[in-house]
Amino acid sequence: MLIRRPSDILPSEITPRSVYLNRRQLMGGAAGLAFAAGFPGSSGAASLTTVKSPFSTDEKLTGREDVTSYNNYYEFGVAKEAPATYAKSLKTTPWTVKVDGLVGKPAEFSVDDLIKTSTLEERIYRLRCVEGWSMVIPWDGFALADLIKRVEPLGSAKYVAFETANRPEEMPGLQSMFPVLDWPYVEGLRLDEAMNPLAILAVGLYGDPLPNQNGAPIRLVVPWKYGFKSIKSITRISFVEKQPETSWNRQASDEYGFYANVNPSVDHPRWSQKTERRIGEGGLFVKRRPTLPFNGYAEQVAQLYSGMDLRKFY
Amino acid sequence: MDARSPRREAKARFKLPPVPKIAVYLVGFIPAVWLFYQGINDNLGADPMRYLEQALGLWALRFLVVTLSITPLRQIFDINLLRYRRATGLLCFYYAVLHLVTYLVLDQGLDLEAIGADLVKRPYITIGMATFVILVPLALTSNNAAIRRLGGQAWARLHRLVYVAAIGAVLHFLLVVKSWPPEPLVYTAIVLALLGYRLGRSVYRKVSREPRSRRRAA
Repeated sequence: MLIRRPSDILPSEITPRSVYLNRRQLMGGAAGLAFAAGFPGSSGAASLTTVKSPFSTDEKLTGREDVTSYNNYYEFGVAKEAPATYAKSLKTTPWTVKVDGLVGKPAEFSVDDLIKTSTLEERIYRLRCVEGWSMVIPWDGFALADLIKRVEPLGSAKYVAFETANRPEEMPGLQSMFPVLDWPYVEGLRLDEAMNPLAILAVGLYGDPLPNQNGAPIRLVVPWKYGFKSIKSITRISFVEKQPETSWNRQASDEYGFYANVNPSVDHPRWSQKTERRIGEGGLFVKRRPTLPFNGYAEQVAQLYSGMDLRKFY
Repeated sequence: MDARSPRREAKARFKLPPVPKIAVYLVGFIPAVWLFYQGINDNLGADPMRYLEQALGLWALRFLVVTLSITPLRQIFDINLLRYRRATGLLCFYYAVLHLVTYLVLDQGLDLEAIGADLVKRPYITIGMATFVILVPLALTSNNAAIRRLGGQAWARLHRLVYVAAIGAVLHFLLVVKSWPPEPLVYTAIVLALLGYRLGRSVYRKVSREPRSRRRAA
């Protein structure tokens, strides 16, 4: 390990430098400025004020252009560029998140209020997609636990269920004759997972409010799990007793488990999860890097699963 | 058959401009050249390797579909592109080679262990590789000398393997995606239609042998 590390770090710090400064990234920065300038005065559009977090990684960030133009958000189509192309139609203001179920204080929060009443942190997290690619993204958000504490879950609440907006008129993917998934998109966490300090509700990235394609105005980020767990554009959070259904598990339960923790030793039935490609690294000649257990967050989350057979609970 | 005379008319009407075969190859390679050029200049989006890999595979499948369309086009619409079929078939093979090389070199970095594991454990890789292996003898015998050596009938029988390759190619596509997105389903439908047409026609000809022999006598 000690011998390996330096040689692992050196190339990854040298090569991306040129990538970082290339035209695409500069254009990405310019696009970001244009984005911020496009909404003068509106409350959600100003850049976000954040504090740093000890949970942030110091790895090289994936460029803003890549983060905001390459992702999955099947409500807007199955192609990687579809969300960036079509998500403009989603109306994200006003937006409320209904929190209900087994809680003492059910509530409906407006996202603007949540932003105003929270100390936003910058959390630079690795994101590992179940498809085998990864990014490093500077999210802005607050601990999911903060919101959970506000609604005072009852003792009977064991799981947290999340739901994405279900608006066919704003989401072209929902108008498809052959739906790719059962809509609305739903996800879930065990309550103790949801309370883990790594789990956040993100309202921004790169210091700006979330672009629609990345799950505006508010989304979950659970960096030790495959990306599809980090549900976007949340409209409802429910506290329940039984393990809730989750969209991809419903679609193919042998391929996508409820837990979906990043785990290099449990392959997807159709492809290996041992390695990943870091987006923005190396272009055509991208080098695979080993995928880490819990996406490198084992120290913070492994204890949540002690005694569990992670091959069974994938 | 009364369809005969209109057919001949159609033939007379539809005069193909004399496109040299080399032009088909030249045009056929444009996507590859374009993809590599854009790839080297970092214009293939956030995940250029994957884009290149998938695009090359898709072009292989497209040329396979074109190749399989030539016979039905002739039989149903009297459009005779037979002289270009070797070119489109070989283009399918060349794109399959590029697709495979991209997977081996750029995607897997020639990590033989990972490639071996993929081959054994991943049905879509196994099927993709098998499909490629099927295409090899077809490409190697896509020349006049091979037809002469094998004899027309044996050659034709060998080249029916292209039907197996077509099924393998769409299966490979279907198995690599999550859920059931439209694109692989559309290609599967096209391939099934092209193969179904042939199956239907051969069954039809078998059951209607009598009228056929009568026709022959007439």
